[in-house]
Amino acid sequence: MAKGVSKDQKIDFYKQMLLFRKFEEKVGQAYTKQKFSGFCHLHIGQEALAVGVQQNLRDDDYMISGYRSHTQAIGKGIAPESVMAELFGKVDGCARGKGGSMHMFSKEKNFLGGHGIVGGQVPIAAGVGFAIRYRGGDQVCICYLGDAAANQGQFFEALNMAATWNLPVLFIIENNRYGMGTDITRTTSVEKLSERALGFAMEHSTEDALDVLNVYDHVGKIVEKMRKDKKPHLYEALTYRFRGHSVSDPGSYRTKEEVESYRAKDSILKLGEQLVAEKIASEEDLKAWGKEIKERVKQAEAFADNAKIADVSEAWQHNYVDTHS
Amino acid sequence: MAELSIREALGQAMAEEMRRDPDVFLMGEEVAEYDGAYKVSKGLLAEFGAKRVWDSPISEAGFTGLGVGAAMVGLRPIIEMMTWNFGIQGFDQIINHAAKMLYMSAGQFNVPAVFRGPNGAAHMLAAQHSQSVEHMLATVPGLKVISISNAADGKGLLKSAIRDDNPVIFLESEMMYAQKCEVPDGEYLIPIGKARIEREGTDVTIVAWNKTLPLAAEAAKALAEEGISAEVIDLRTIQPMDEEAIFKSVAKTNRLVVAEEGWPFATVGTHITARVQEEMFDELDAPVVRVANDFVSMPYAEHLEHAVVITAEKIIAAVKKVTYSA
Repeated sequence: MAKGVSKDQKIDFYKQMLLFRKFEEKVGQAYTKQKFSGFCHLHIGQEALAVGVQQNLRDDDYMISGYRSHTQAIGKGIAPESVMAELFGKVDGCARGKGGSMHMFSKEKNFLGGHGIVGGQVPIAAGVGFAIRYRGGDQVCICYLGDAAANQGQFFEALNMAATWNLPVLFIIENNRYGMGTDITRTTSVEKLSERALGFAMEHSTEDALDVLNVYDHVGKIVEKMRKDKKPHLYEALTYRFRGHSVSDPGSYRTKEEVESYRAKDSILKLGEQLVAEKIASEEDLKAWGKEIKERVKQAEAFADNAKIADVSEAWQHNYVDTHS
Repeated sequence: MAELSIREALGQAMAEEMRRDPDVFLMGEEVAEYDGAYKVSKGLLAEFGAKRVWDSPISEAGFTGLGVGAAMVGLRPIIEMMTWNFGIQGFDQIINHAAKMLYMSAGQFNVPAVFRGPNGAAHMLAAQHSQSVEHMLATVPGLKVISISNAADGKGLLKSAIRDDNPVIFLESEMMYAQKCEVPDGEYLIPIGKARIEREGTDVTIVAWNKTLPLAAEAAKALAEEGISAEVIDLRTIQPMDEEAIFKSVAKTNRLVVAEEGWPFATVGTHITARVQEEMFDELDAPVVRVANDFVSMPYAEHLEHAVVITAEKIIAAVKKVTYSA
């Protein structure tokens, strides 16, 4: 591994992934208990990518994503309490209960949304990259999208502009193999989605994203280079979601065996085993951390349960701002 | 006061705002080296350089979205649509993203961008190049919509639009870029949301904007010769609408004709009609009449085009109908 990972970092990665897993499990339970409604897309199975990417970012880097972004928002620094409260439609949520599951936002943390129009966030990310260059900064913008979003026209337009003008955006296709219930191979002309970048002479890669250490190393190199040369990159991250497209998805389009084969490669289990094998942690440590994180998530849920709802007058706020330059 | 064409006035507005604020930049097809498809951006590349004046690829959805993203992190983009017919390709970014960003983020991310370009029919450009979009966009919460009819308003309103912290749709016309009028010198700003009385009158109110404004003025002139005194209001801003100006005029004339381009179904004109009957039913001496293009796609041949578009004659006929003088 080119980039050294300390024992503490490995522990940190493990805990982060576990936090994301437990958070989303809690979200799924809360949905089932009808604590909130609407659409709810869980990120369970894809934690290694979120953590491996996040660990390479600075606070002043930007991130924008699609509709499966609860944990990415937490990774970028939004408190789990704030994300859970948003899901519950509470005023203490990161968008005051006006965005919900698909629209997490934090200006303070440079998290530019959760977006519900598939692929719509991709040119917006190009605009953020444009602004970085315009101001001469060395930040990067991470743009997450799903495999199916790589068939949207806006994706192609954005990639062309980013490549032509050297906009520092890392486009990450989270290829979990299904666009909702449609196997990506049934709708897509290329096997490797990263090869879409060839049409724009853009740097690209296809890499496993179930191993957090692999993601961390891979993205670290890309980001380090991008801060200097500003060139965008299209990273196809091979991952898998263990749960359905949304919580109401029966999953009839894929086999149990397939899901099980990926569960066997679960990044959290794997890293846990590695920590024990390398004597960085004991089984007891893992259990203790699990308990600690469960408590952390419970705390977030309790916060959201007890948070207030917005005054109804807020329904008519934030339509326009009254300010000008 | 200098006499300027609309294209010169709009170019001046952009240049002044770019001098004032280094975060303002212009992007669109042919805006830089070609000096603009309609020469609105003439000279801007020479003065401000390639960092601030960008020729885009032909990717309306893409560069509209780029403008949204740049605005979210503090720049102030002016995105030029070569025509709003192409701009329809960018509607996803305008309607689903720009308009909703402030709301979805509960006030955290505003989008201080201007999306501007010519709207409506020009001359013999046929079905795909002759559409009007104001009603499609004015119905979306979060957007402001301006539509200008002369150089002075163009300059004053474009400067206000660039300074506004909301996404602003700015509608011009290919047919009017060369039209000239006196434009006040120096810093000239017109507030968004204020209509203007083009011509005072007492018998009927005609509300118009953009390319129907000169048609309404022409109609008013002809009607005056027949003894009908028409008040012509230039709406200037579609969203937010200056209802007060309309109501005040109708309170005086008791009769209303709305003259607009585009198709007649579910339009700005139907909205004005609805609002006037809601608020001023007792003051109306005749039903409100709307004049618009006919409900067909735009034909190419000149005589066919002329048959379906709004004309001064059609406005005159409408006025005669509401004044019972036909």
